Amino acid sequence: MLLAVENVSHRYGDLIALNSFSMHMNRREIVGLLGPNGSGKSTLLRLLSTISKPQCGKVEVCGFDAAKHPQAVRARIGVVFQTQTLDKLLTIEENLLACGAFHGLSGRGLIDRVRQVMGQLGIAERRHELCKSLSGGLQRRAEIARALLHEPQMLILDEPTTGLDPVARDDFWLAIEGLRERRSTAIVVSTHLFEEAEKCDSLILLSSGVRVAEGTPEELKATIGGQVVELRARDPQAALESLQSQFDAQMRLIDGVIWVEAEQAHRMIPRLVDALPGEVLSIGFHQPTLGDVFRKMTSRERAAVSV
Amino acid sequence: MLSAAALAHRELLKFWRDKARVAGFAAAPLLFWLVVSAGFNDFARFYSGSIALALMFSAVFSNMTLIDDRKEGFLAGVLVTPAPRAGIVLGKVVGAAALAWLQSLVFLLFLPLAGLKPGFFGVLACLGILAVIALLFTLVGFLCAWRMPSTQAFHGVVNMLLMPMWMLSGSLFRFGEAHPWMKTAMALNPMTYGISLLNESLGMEGVFSTLLSLSVLAVWTTGLFGIALFWVGRSDHATA
Repeated sequence: MLLAVENVSHRYGDLIALNSFSMHMNRREIVGLLGPNGSGKSTLLRLLSTISKPQCGKVEVCGFDAAKHPQAVRARIGVVFQTQTLDKLLTIEENLLACGAFHGLSGRGLIDRVRQVMGQLGIAERRHELCKSLSGGLQRRAEIARALLHEPQMLILDEPTTGLDPVARDDFWLAIEGLRERRSTAIVVSTHLFEEAEKCDSLILLSSGVRVAEGTPEELKATIGGQVVELRARDPQAALESLQSQFDAQMRLIDGVIWVEAEQAHRMIPRLVDALPGEVLSIGFHQPTLGDVFRKMTSRERAAVSV
Repeated sequence: MLSAAALAHRELLKFWRDKARVAGFAAAPLLFWLVVSAGFNDFARFYSGSIALALMFSAVFSNMTLIDDRKEGFLAGVLVTPAPRAGIVLGKVVGAAALAWLQSLVFLLFLPLAGLKPGFFGVLACLGILAVIALLFTLVGFLCAWRMPSTQAFHGVVNMLLMPMWMLSGSLFRFGEAHPWMKTAMALNPMTYGISLLNESLGMEGVFSTLLSLSVLAVWTTGLFGIALFWVGRSDHATA
């Protein structure tokens, strides 16, 4: 077991950021954390990266308790934050050399290692450029290079592709997947993007500091029976109540749209339209996506907020 | 040690690339010294006080980069590495102190104008004392910057702290001539001991014995270093 999080809770004043949360991870695994803003993703990553200490519960990385042996944990993890951590007034190479020194590397070994990592990530030719003059994609690659210098066993990525264009994002994921293949690195990544979440081996859905769902992307999508019918009506609330009294299917109102889970959507649609004469504005269906799972799992909480 | 050296090196490198900062802090105290000394027609009297002014401000303000480091995420990047916390404080503080110290050396060019003849060993002693004062005030700046939300707030708080410390250090008036309660306040101020040592090294009279002054400075510096270490260890303030 590479990572074990047991019953961890964390609060900021009255606000509960994580509530009795547990998760486990093995080598070579890519685990994605999905959740709306304020769901506790960032808090969890802060705890994993030893920036904060858990107020109760336990975080273990490679068998080391993060609260008791933070130095041992730090030597085994690489962290890519949402924000830039490279010094803008230094070049890529100077940044990486300094960071290697923080990990106790020095001399020839440090220089060789920095060259090697820069080569792997394709930033070797740009090594003498100041970080402030690099494009967003290159800066991100330099950030990963920084996190990989000490050959960590686990990579922690907090919304690492924020602000990147799609091409740079694909590059980023190629680098990540390559890393898993070559070095069996375990990767935990938080993201807002469902297409990124599809690339993970397993996903954890967080909401209000609690895990609301867990599984492979396929398993999660399978929690939605069949397809999803989207229906817009003149009076959505009344239409929902009317449908609920006539059909035995999962339905909910999300952002003014009625979502109906249907095993055979093409048969269901005419019946739904017949049931609401003159009320339906538009109707359509699609195969379930992670976005649907996400909306389904977090809709209860969003309803509570809007009340 | 490795991480301390890397951090200090970064501090110097950045300073060198940001040359506008180089001229900044020594100019105003130098002007102050020239004007006031010419006015009183006594160039020696305010000499130590003016170096101290330059040194205190540049030492404290060189920590402003710590606030940027935190906001920009650099600090978080350092704190997730196994670099020892003592090394992080030491690197940052020694780097910043070295910068302040180098800037204050401009004043030594004006020794002849001040009419002071400290001799080779006097200058050497003076360099050492300036280094200790630089360290002390860099730590003061470090502690202020660690929790400060913005550079603006840092400016305000630091000015409120530094000006009284400087005015009550014997830079403006002599310890012996002060009102008794003023003397008490001055005796509590570590900078008074710094000025006393500086005066002594430059061939003037010190208020306190060398040993006492050195001990006071050493105790303050170690104490502040200890507090800094404790704060960095509890690293919840490390990220914006």
